[in-house]
This record gives sequence, structure tokens and C-alpha cells, in this order.
Amino acid sequence: MILLVDLCREPGSLSRDEFVGPVARIVERAGLPWRGIHFARAGTADLAGVSGIILCGTALQDNLFAERVDEMAPLFDAGLPVLGICAGMEALCIAFGGSIRPASEIGMTRIRREAPDPLLGDAGEFDAYELHSFACDPPAGWVTTAVSDTCVQAARHPDLPLSGVMFHPEVRNDQVVERFCAFCRESGSADRRG
Amino acid sequence: MRLGVLCSGGKDSWYACHLAMQKEEVACLVSIRSGNEESYLFHTPDTHLVPLQAEAAGLPLVTAQTDGIEERELDDLVRAVRFAKENFRIGGIVTGALESVYQATRIQRVCRDLGLWCFNPLWYADPEQYMQALVREGFSAVISGVAAEPFTAEWLGKRIDEPALAELRQFAARHRITLTGEGGEYETLVLDAPLFRKRLVIEDAEREYNEFRGVLRVKRARLEAK
Repeated sequence: MILLVDLCREPGSLSRDEFVGPVARIVERAGLPWRGIHFARAGTADLAGVSGIILCGTALQDNLFAERVDEMAPLFDAGLPVLGICAGMEALCIAFGGSIRPASEIGMTRIRREAPDPLLGDAGEFDAYELHSFACDPPAGWVTTAVSDTCVQAARHPDLPLSGVMFHPEVRNDQVVERFCAFCRESGSADRRG
Repeated sequence: MRLGVLCSGGKDSWYACHLAMQKEEVACLVSIRSGNEESYLFHTPDTHLVPLQAEAAGLPLVTAQTDGIEERELDDLVRAVRFAKENFRIGGIVTGALESVYQATRIQRVCRDLGLWCFNPLWYADPEQYMQALVREGFSAVISGVAAEPFTAEWLGKRIDEPALAELRQFAARHRITLTGEGGEYETLVLDAPLFRKRLVIEDAEREYNEFRGVLRVKRARLEAK
């Protein structure tokens, strides 16, 4: 089961279907069940049966989550694979000691891979949909795996299964979410084999 | 938040409006009438009926005319949205964008530059679930334009109901078209919706059709009580 975390400013907002819905449909097509929660309820989230967590994006003007990253700490401490998408990457970045700064990109953008990243595949360059008003300066020690002309586009923790992408893979780059789901399925199976 | 809904008169903008009304306050509609039938940004057939739809829904309408020349039509959009911001105190814009990155990118940029939120509640919606919801929830949308095989002239003016949806499913399976018409394979005109206080009745319309391309030119329409 994948836990989809809604980072929009309030539960059940008009933005929810725009940022959580498309990711949910990719997870479904990958053959995994999912459950959604709003980030404000992360502290009481039931993580039983959860094999991975995806932090979804928000509207361009919606940056409230960045002031409330502490509330998401239980999700980061659970030892589960986490994929942060756009706002989700910013949340991961802040939570692990990195920072965000104003930098906007909107629309299809050329992405260059800088280091191996199982979620990004083998392509050296690809196009991806951007919708952000802030960019990440990743935490110390994190590996920057892709960049655009404007900012870091993908980064991962050096040891833990924590990754973030600044672009929106749910638009024309489904395979990033699919690879994350495959990883969660495999790591979940390995855990059960123990 | 007070919102303005970009309205072409078709099913996607009216369904997006319907969704927005359930969460926020819709203060006005914003409609762009394009002189270019090939406009990438604005749906064109029968946009002259948006004022009648706005009256049916009881919503104020901001309209702007554009010659529809690529990129210059964005200036016309900015003008209309800025007017809505200043006169209807909107904090955001709602669109019925489904998967068009071209459309979404440009409208997102306009909103960013004007300091407005942008909501796309149908973004990458599941086509089957969306079309079923449209029919189930009482939207009466007719086909107002076609631009792909195998649409015949008889499709112009046809209501999207369960039987029509079944045919569209077959078209989508056999031909390279989308169920929702997202690729411009067909356009729609909404005659009735749950949020309408009155419904539109077409009194006089003409079909223009040639080799899988055509439009329904509505010459006269009126409102009637529901």
C-alpha cells in the first residue's frame, strides 16, 4: 500500500484532485492500493501495511506546508521509502536540513541527469513538466541526480530510500512513480521475507 | 476564496465550475471569444452562447475578444483576468484543463504574473470516471464541433448521454481519439447543468460538415424554466 500525502493548505481542497488524483491513478495502474491523508494528520497516520509514501505537489501559490514540515516528521521517521514530488521534495529538503529559495519554472523543461538514480532510468536527458515557485538546495550529503538550467530537479539521501523530484512526474513521466512503486513492492516483499 | 472560472461554454469548463462551487465561491465567469477557429488556447464553436449560459447559472460574466493569433491571445486573456481580479476581487482562476500542457502552462503563467491561484480540478482526471460523472450528475452537453474520423454530421447536436457515451467508448477503442475529446476530436456546448437555474433551448442551428470536420452553428437559442 502506498500512502499519498496531500500537502495542499487544507484537507479536501479544490487542489487535491489536481495534485493527488493523477499520482493515485499511476499507483493504481502499477497494481498497488493507496490511501490518502492530509499532511496535518501525519502525526496520527496509521502506517500498518504501508510500503511507501509519496508526498504530492501543491498549487503554485500554496506554500503553507513549508512552514509546517515538523508535522510530517513521523512519516520521515518510519523507515519507509519516500518520494517527494515538487512541494514534497521541498518538504523533504527542509526536514533534513536543506533549504528552499524563490525560483520558478512552469511548463515542459529539459532535465539533465547528473548521477545514477534508479527512479529516473537511464536517459541522460528528458523533458518534464514543471510547476514550482521555489527551488531546493538539498541537505548536506544528499546526492543531486538531475538538474535543469534553473535548479536541482532530483536528489536522494545517500543511504536511506528518500528521494525528491522537483518536476511533476504524473505529467508525461509516469515511469518515475511506477519505478518507485516497483521499489516499494520489492522492498515490502523483502521485509516480509525478513 | 472568490474565484473566476474560465468558461468556453463546453463540458470541461462547466464541470470544473460545478466542482469549484462545492469548495469555494465562484464570483464570475471569464470567457474569451476567439476569431481563430484553430486557436490552441480557446475552444471556439458557439462561445457566443456563454452569456446565455451565464444568465442560466446566475453568474456575472467577463468577456474579451481575441483575434486568436498564437501568443497574442494571451494578452487578451491577461486583460480579461485582470479585469475580473479588479472588479470581482477574485483570488484565483479555475480552468477545465484536462491534459493540455500547452493550455495549462500558459494559464499558470498568467495567474503567477497576476498573483492569482490557479485551480485545474479535472487535471489528468480518469476519462471514463469523468464522463460517467458528467452524465450521471445531470449535465446536458451536446456535440458542437467534430474534427476527427469517424464522426459523421449526425454527431453535431447529439447529446452526450449513456448511448452516446457507449459509442464514444467504441470510437476511442478503435480510432486514435480520446474519450473526452481532449485532443480536439470533438467540442461540446452545455445546455443544462445542476448549477443552472434555467436550461438552454436551441431554436435554430445549422450543421457545417465536410470529411469528419464540422461545427454546429447555433443561430438562435433561449432559456426556459427547469
